Amino acid sequence: MDIIEAKSLTKKFDSFTAVDDISFSVKKGEIFGFLGPNGAGKTTTIRMLTGVLFPDGGSALLDGIDMKKNPIAAKSKIGVIPETGNVYLDLSALRNVIFSGKFYGMKQKDLINRANYLLKELGLYEKRNDLVRGFSKGQKQRISIACAIVHNPKILFLDEPTSGLDVQSQRLIKKLIKDMNGLGTTIFLTTHNIEEANVLCDRVCIINNGRIAAIDKPEVLRSTIERTKSVLVSFNKEVDTKSLKDNKNINKVDIFSDKLRLYTDSPDKVVKFLTDYAEEKELVILSLEILKASLEDVFIELVKKKSDD
Amino acid sequence: MIKIKQTIRSTLVVTEKNIRIYYSKPPVIIFGLLFPFFMFLAFLLGREVNLYEFFPGFLAMSLFFTSSSVGPLITPWEKTSGTYERLLSFPVTTNTLIFGDAIAGMVFGLGLNFILVIVGALTLNYSINIITIVFGILIASFVFSAMGVFLASPSSRNPSNIMMLSSIVRFPLIFISGIFVPISQLPLGARILSYFSPITYIVDIFNYSLKGKHDISLAIDFLALIAFAVIFIILSNFFHKRNLLKGL
Repeated sequence: MDIIEAKSLTKKFDSFTAVDDISFSVKKGEIFGFLGPNGAGKTTTIRMLTGVLFPDGGSALLDGIDMKKNPIAAKSKIGVIPETGNVYLDLSALRNVIFSGKFYGMKQKDLINRANYLLKELGLYEKRNDLVRGFSKGQKQRISIACAIVHNPKILFLDEPTSGLDVQSQRLIKKLIKDMNGLGTTIFLTTHNIEEANVLCDRVCIINNGRIAAIDKPEVLRSTIERTKSVLVSFNKEVDTKSLKDNKNINKVDIFSDKLRLYTDSPDKVVKFLTDYAEEKELVILSLEILKASLEDVFIELVKKKSDD
Repeated sequence: MIKIKQTIRSTLVVTEKNIRIYYSKPPVIIFGLLFPFFMFLAFLLGREVNLYEFFPGFLAMSLFFTSSSVGPLITPWEKTSGTYERLLSFPVTTNTLIFGDAIAGMVFGLGLNFILVIVGALTLNYSINIITIVFGILIASFVFSAMGVFLASPSSRNPSNIMMLSSIVRFPLIFISGIFVPISQLPLGARILSYFSPITYIVDIFNYSLKGKHDISLAIDFLALIAFAVIFIILSNFFHKRNLLKGL
């Protein structure tokens, strides 16, 4: 069953079309990743889906409710962690969460219990009565999440939730996303972090220049560009990359500090070439690894393709 | 019925948030409390002032500055601090936010000016018409607060720009509204202008409620204030919606 349906969504800002007639659906219980380069239309799309912005064309249905026709009912089904969604610095952590919950008509006692429970889960219970002003960025983001899920929403929208956070906060947020999803919440996740999308998402949509470039499961997307296999190698000494580039099986060479990534259609042949090369040049191979196409490769390929078009 | 209940609940949640956060902000204290107090002192000290005559005008000026000091601050402050987008994602309409902001300014004006009325009544021996003064303060504080909210509608990420704009609009109004000079004694041009100021009507209501004298009919005073309230709310709704995402 589809819980989010975007039908021909379009948004223009003067003559610039930020989102151009996009349609997709998200199944109930899915973790859906929404990827794209800066300015691709991710935030505009999420703003239309969450009722912050009205589309110029098309419609967004949340749990069957049209966001344009009945925004209050549609918004009560969702929780949102906006990209710029800060919390109130002059309120305590607990007061911030309670403030959010009050919009959903929760009973005071249930609301306080739920707020305390969430702050405990997010490791902020001891600081619940402190003003948020003194909190770290990660702690503020955790409160932002508590505010978004205090009413147990059916759908949770997260716009770059782990951007710029410390590792501990990132882990906590990823765990929370998994836990919420385990309890049946549908997750709509916008992220720049492709590895994050790869690990968390059931399906991924790649948007570029306001249009959908691809939409599928991460493994299916990866398989569409299997030719971008590569070999990652490091030697005990610096090598002349020109001699590697001259090999007909190597399409491209990238340097990552002490490692070389050699893009190829035939990794086996390149591995053999490298062992022969090392012997001939009296080098020692320190590490050697065949890499399959990553979601990042898919992303780069699709974005590049669209730019070329 | 459920929708109305939900709207009232959400409006009060927004109001409560505004009261907790914005009453203690420096611009509200400066423009809402200190400014009318020093204006009062500037007119009182060093000259012979008939306080009995001057007090209704001072009360109107105080109500104007206190009630209109909160509204201009809220939206730009929320846009700067990044809380506005979260607010828009809650199950609320723009009108709910506008009413929540307007009621917060209204409550600020009511609290302070009811105290002033009591102090004035006790020290200046007025025979107060309680009904007109209570209704007058209630309606006028909402009008001035809604005006403050309307002044916050231009897109700006900087609250001080909006406070400056609101001062440019608010200051001239106090000189053409019969606070210092009764409107009947103003030159014709200024008198015509005074009818476009909402302060004029509350000065008239206060003059009637405290001293029993007035220049305009009470019915017109109240109708004009209600009309100003409706106009400010409609304009706020239009401009806030138009500039919704500007400055985010």
